[in-house]
Amino acid sequence: MANTHVTKRAKYKTTIKDPGTPGTLRMTFEKILFVPHNPKSAGKLDVEFRYIKGQKHTKEGSNKPPWLNLTNNQNGIFIFEFENYSDLQECRDFVGKVLAKGGEVSEKPTVAYPDEQLSAAEMELRIKLLQEDSELQKLHKQFVLSGVLTETEFWATRKKLLDREASKKTKQRLGFKSAMISDIKPSTDGRTNKVTFNLTPEVILQIFAEKPAVHRAFLSYVPNKMSERTFWTKYFRAEYLHSTKNSIAAAAEAAEDEELAVFLKQDDILASEARKKIRRVDPTLDMEADEGDDYTHLPDHGILREGSKEMTESQNELYKRSLSQDINRHAAVVLEGRAVDVELEDTKAVAEALAQSKQKSSNKGESDGDTSRERLDRLSRMTEIEDLQGPNTLPLAPLCIKDPRDYFDSQQANALRSSGDALGEIEQIKCGLSTQEVYGSLRESISSIKAMGLKEPIVKPEVAHQVFDALTNSISNTKYHIGKNPQESVLDRLPRKTKEELLHHWTSILELLKHFWASYPITTTYLYVKVNRLKDAMSNIYPQLEEIKGSVPSELRHQVSLLVRPMHQALDAAIQHYEASMQKRSAQSGERPNGYV
Amino acid sequence: MASAPSKLYADDVSLVVVLLDTNPFFWSSSSLSFSQFLSHVLAFLNAILTLNQLNQVVVIATGYNSCDYVFDSSSDLNRSFENGRMPVMCSSLLQKLEEFLIKDEQLSKEEPEGKVKSSLFSGSLSMALCYIQRVFRSGALHPHPRILCLQGSPDGPEQYVAIMNAIFSAQRSSVPIDSCYLGSQNSAFLQQASYITGGVHHKPQNLDGLFQYLMTIFATDLHSRSFIHLPKPVGVDFRASCFCHKNTIDMGYICSVCLSIFCKHHKKCSTCGSVFGQAQSEAASASDKKRKTPET
Repeated sequence: MANTHVTKRAKYKTTIKDPGTPGTLRMTFEKILFVPHNPKSAGKLDVEFRYIKGQKHTKEGSNKPPWLNLTNNQNGIFIFEFENYSDLQECRDFVGKVLAKGGEVSEKPTVAYPDEQLSAAEMELRIKLLQEDSELQKLHKQFVLSGVLTETEFWATRKKLLDREASKKTKQRLGFKSAMISDIKPSTDGRTNKVTFNLTPEVILQIFAEKPAVHRAFLSYVPNKMSERTFWTKYFRAEYLHSTKNSIAAAAEAAEDEELAVFLKQDDILASEARKKIRRVDPTLDMEADEGDDYTHLPDHGILREGSKEMTESQNELYKRSLSQDINRHAAVVLEGRAVDVELEDTKAVAEALAQSKQKSSNKGESDGDTSRERLDRLSRMTEIEDLQGPNTLPLAPLCIKDPRDYFDSQQANALRSSGDALGEIEQIKCGLSTQEVYGSLRESISSIKAMGLKEPIVKPEVAHQVFDALTNSISNTKYHIGKNPQESVLDRLPRKTKEELLHHWTSILELLKHFWASYPITTTYLYVKVNRLKDAMSNIYPQLEEIKGSVPSELRHQVSLLVRPMHQALDAAIQHYEASMQKRSAQSGERPNGYV
Repeated sequence: MASAPSKLYADDVSLVVVLLDTNPFFWSSSSLSFSQFLSHVLAFLNAILTLNQLNQVVVIATGYNSCDYVFDSSSDLNRSFENGRMPVMCSSLLQKLEEFLIKDEQLSKEEPEGKVKSSLFSGSLSMALCYIQRVFRSGALHPHPRILCLQGSPDGPEQYVAIMNAIFSAQRSSVPIDSCYLGSQNSAFLQQASYITGGVHHKPQNLDGLFQYLMTIFATDLHSRSFIHLPKPVGVDFRASCFCHKNTIDMGYICSVCLSIFCKHHKKCSTCGSVFGQAQSEAASASDKKRKTPET
């Protein structure tokens, strides 16, 4: 915010078609002033920034001239044509600054603090918080933008607020769709013999997840052996062949084209994975599972159907694929969830990321030695017969509840000493009386009243009258001064502006005091500088409070001074402490001559 | 007692639980004699019962070693002590009070010299609140309860925590605590109790006219308090007492775990046992300095 105004040569147009009046454009924080070069022309413009709603401009790369278009509240437009784009840029920034200052949050601190690297997400959170809470925004403006506190210090005490904001954003990852989008149906053009497949990055990710053989092929072939386009063309050729269910043709083509064969064959990676999974089944869960149950990769789940011709089709078996296989595989992948969280645009990146994550998960499962030992452990534990076990008492931590009498008794011992002096007089009077005597005298009073009945009269008329008078007087006086409800606050009787100012002063004093007291004891120069800054800010508050007192009508002035007094006391205590510690410091560094701090 | 038909139930039916201070050490040194005090109070209780047919009064004696119920206007067990000189209610109350004092004396044990002779205010306050809770649960139609404390004994600092707890639970159940302090000093507990719960606190200037004070200020039922003006204290002493010495302090140290207040720097918090670390330059230490200011 270095410039407080911007002056440029520009032409002012009221509409797009208008040729424009040349002149000088001057913008300050308050308003826009345009003065045409020719004093006689009518294009003078004087608009306050309050009325400006928004701005538009022409893009630099386009062939259009550099225009800045400001819209005001009544939807009128002011178009300024500049001589070049850098002028436009300056004015645009300036207008942006002013507009941002106007009603919304003050702009992000543009000074880069060397001791703090803020991520964009963090900045966003802070700005959001400031936008939502106007009280916070006022404090922020008052202290951070005037340099009394740094951004870091201001937000350091508000971590909880920031965390709450951050956690509001959901961190869930979207899973895969349950629709089988990898099973793409081509669109056919009726006239020609072409079929068109549509491929989106999401589909690619699913294809890689569901068909690990294709994934492996992609990684090895692209970009070494063929381009991505060719790869996908071959893939879809294979798909087409499958869809025609012509296994003989499939076998024929596979024989010719080795790469195509990859897509047409059964997925051997799947087969081996399935076998590994079977091996890992916990026998305590499913005792019957064994390697013979590995059937998901076999067509028809390995069930031999009646009338199936085995011999002739054995060589073509490899090239068949059934719907149930596909569906099962897709379901398994969806349930596993999304393994990678990469931008989907770059296929190669996706493929590599997927490979990496698979590697990691296979490494985890690899340490077979350990896992099998673990499994045996678990097996032995699960097959225990509990009745025959010995008692399994774990060592208990004894419950330790502090005896509350400790607390109360220790307080009593202390109370003896402290309250001794306050009640000195009563002690003197009582020292002669023992417990028996006092109880005896009390009982005597009761017997006397039983014997004689209630006092006659209960209360003497003059005394009653006096009491009543005094009470009524005091009630009416206090009502006049303080208000009816003991819990009604004096603040409510002050004019609204004063009340807000006082409350704002309170929160800012609290903020300053918080930082002030937290910096003691001073151990680094950073704290020393900070404390000085805070002390200056605090001394500035005194005259402001005096001003408030002066602005209030005289009958409320006493109330306001009562309200202001604790603020004064808090500030006084802080400044006193500051001066005492300064003195101590200068006394410690004793070599310095008098007068130097 | 059978609940009255609802059309008889007006807004101003009240249940007053009176906590009577029977601390013999206080009464032996008070300018007002106990029998005079009792006359004022008995007449006042009678008056409350005449204000509305459905009003109820319960009296709890706050003794030095124990507390007990001495009177319940809704109970049918008021033994007939036809005395001729006073109504039945008074005589039964006096009888029970005497029995209570005998029991209380028997409970007394050797006390060290110089101990603050305070009555068990926290105990009777808790008993009153329990009684009121029972009334709340007795049905939809019940009188509006309030508590009236007639205290003269000084505040016992060891009861601070218990009294504050009782005050907060009274605030929670919207039971105002009125208090009339008869002693010579000021009682911070009573002031705070009345302020927090929305009751009225008063320290009579002229104890001979106690009855007049009681009738003018404390006989008002809760409904009428919305339009009858009662005296308000000018300020309430909110200063906390430190947990180590029970002095009222302005500035002190606070444990950030359990919020106990100390006047001096300690190595360890005596309430929760957390250890205070050395004050670091930027890391938050376990004890912070905080300022508390009086209201006036």
